Amino acid sequence: MSVPYCELKRTPLHNTHRALGAKMVDFGGWDMPMEYTGIVDEHRAVRERVGLFDVSHMGEIEVSGPQALELVQYVTTNDASKLDEGRAQYSGLLYDQGGFVDDIIVHKVGPHNYFLCVNASNQDKDFFHILEQAKTQRYDAMVADMGSEYAQIAIQGPKATSVLQKLTASDLTAVKRYHFLDGAVAGTAARIARTGYTGEDGWEIYVATGEAERSWRQIMAAGAEFGIQPCGLGARNTLRMEAAMALYGHEIHASITPFEAGLEWIVKLDKGNFIGREALVKQRERGITRKLTGFEMKGRGIARDGYEVHVNGAGAGWVTSGGPAPTLNKNIGMCFLPVADAAPGRAMDVLVRGRAVEAVTVLLPFYKRG
Amino acid sequence: MYPIYPENYRYTKEHEWVNVEAGVGVIGITDHAQKELGDIVYVELPKVGALVEQGKSFAVVESVKAASEIFAPVSGEVVEVNEALTGAPETLNADPHGNGWIAKIKLSTPGEVAELLSLADYQAFVGAE
Repeated sequence: MSVPYCELKRTPLHNTHRALGAKMVDFGGWDMPMEYTGIVDEHRAVRERVGLFDVSHMGEIEVSGPQALELVQYVTTNDASKLDEGRAQYSGLLYDQGGFVDDIIVHKVGPHNYFLCVNASNQDKDFFHILEQAKTQRYDAMVADMGSEYAQIAIQGPKATSVLQKLTASDLTAVKRYHFLDGAVAGTAARIARTGYTGEDGWEIYVATGEAERSWRQIMAAGAEFGIQPCGLGARNTLRMEAAMALYGHEIHASITPFEAGLEWIVKLDKGNFIGREALVKQRERGITRKLTGFEMKGRGIARDGYEVHVNGAGAGWVTSGGPAPTLNKNIGMCFLPVADAAPGRAMDVLVRGRAVEAVTVLLPFYKRG
Repeated sequence: MYPIYPENYRYTKEHEWVNVEAGVGVIGITDHAQKELGDIVYVELPKVGALVEQGKSFAVVESVKAASEIFAPVSGEVVEVNEALTGAPETLNADPHGNGWIAKIKLSTPGEVAELLSLADYQAFVGAE
């Protein structure tokens, strides 16, 4: 616990975390809760009941104006023209060479109004990236960095809908996965989206920064009868890893393309031109050489991000995320491997502190809710 | 509920403790360390007979979120390891200063003990950290 050399950014729920006795961690320049009562506890609460996460560090970017759709289409890989109002879509922001600037969620708010949820540490980069394209391509659209205007709170788990329904007049059962509505939570205007990063049913709500503490308290109170549990970034990571959801900087980054990361489903090559399309078309023609793969440890040892992977005794790839999977009682991970070695059921080794520990490739995801 | 930090143990700034009796040091990690690590799920013990050097890594403790090296507070030969931790690593969370001991080391340089922190010094160090 050294003193940071520069001031960490704080979410509007900082005092709440402190009061709850959270163990705080520097996450990409943000002072964030790692855990409250323990990662395993919090992980299980989300799988079995309901967990509450402060994800206000995430960024929000609004794109609006007559050519908002054209700009969104040009900077993202998925087909935003397929979105109706009130629908959201997982998508990629790419560089020309096909690597990721970021992975994002695009929400269609109005005919000429899109709301993008972007990763915390990428929000400035994403904003300037999109702004630059708007300028150079002369799109008649406005790009606004709204990160400091919104707090984002995630309510995740099988009881999430029951908790949230107590606090809103909107009929949540009518909102499908990856749909959203603008309504109110406990009297506070909120964007209520059925999205999440845990592999469970759940909601991500966006409220004005000044309303964050009140909203958190109201949700905690409404969730008490369901055993709601505040959850930190530690559980968020183990939950998303079991669900095999990509984490920027790990499974995806500037030198990884969507095809390599198993995200071909967010690439719509036939939607018209977009940044990175040309590179992806070429890669499709040539074929990919490496592929994101799941694995389970067979020998005694835990794989961690960055560990080397060997196949037949020779270096073949690297671990992108790894660790214990609390729901599965196994040590799991994801890694990049040559396509020929990436089929499920193949023997591989993970180098744990120089020692080769046996593992086997498995199909992703590790966990799928019933 | 508060675990007792024994007065007769000696501590390091890396959050290990050693309890020396008759030339053999029992070594473990402090309650502060286990709290920082969180749920401990894996322990890699040294081999009996291994020679360890003060300040050098001699064991690894892994929590859900990360792997952490444990540094030897004293130099010497490993004469016993706590095999029970292999099957029950959570003992390190539950009883870090007792049943969660990691290894016993026969001291080769007993003078090293004097360089370690007293309980008061360790607590002052943790408080200031």
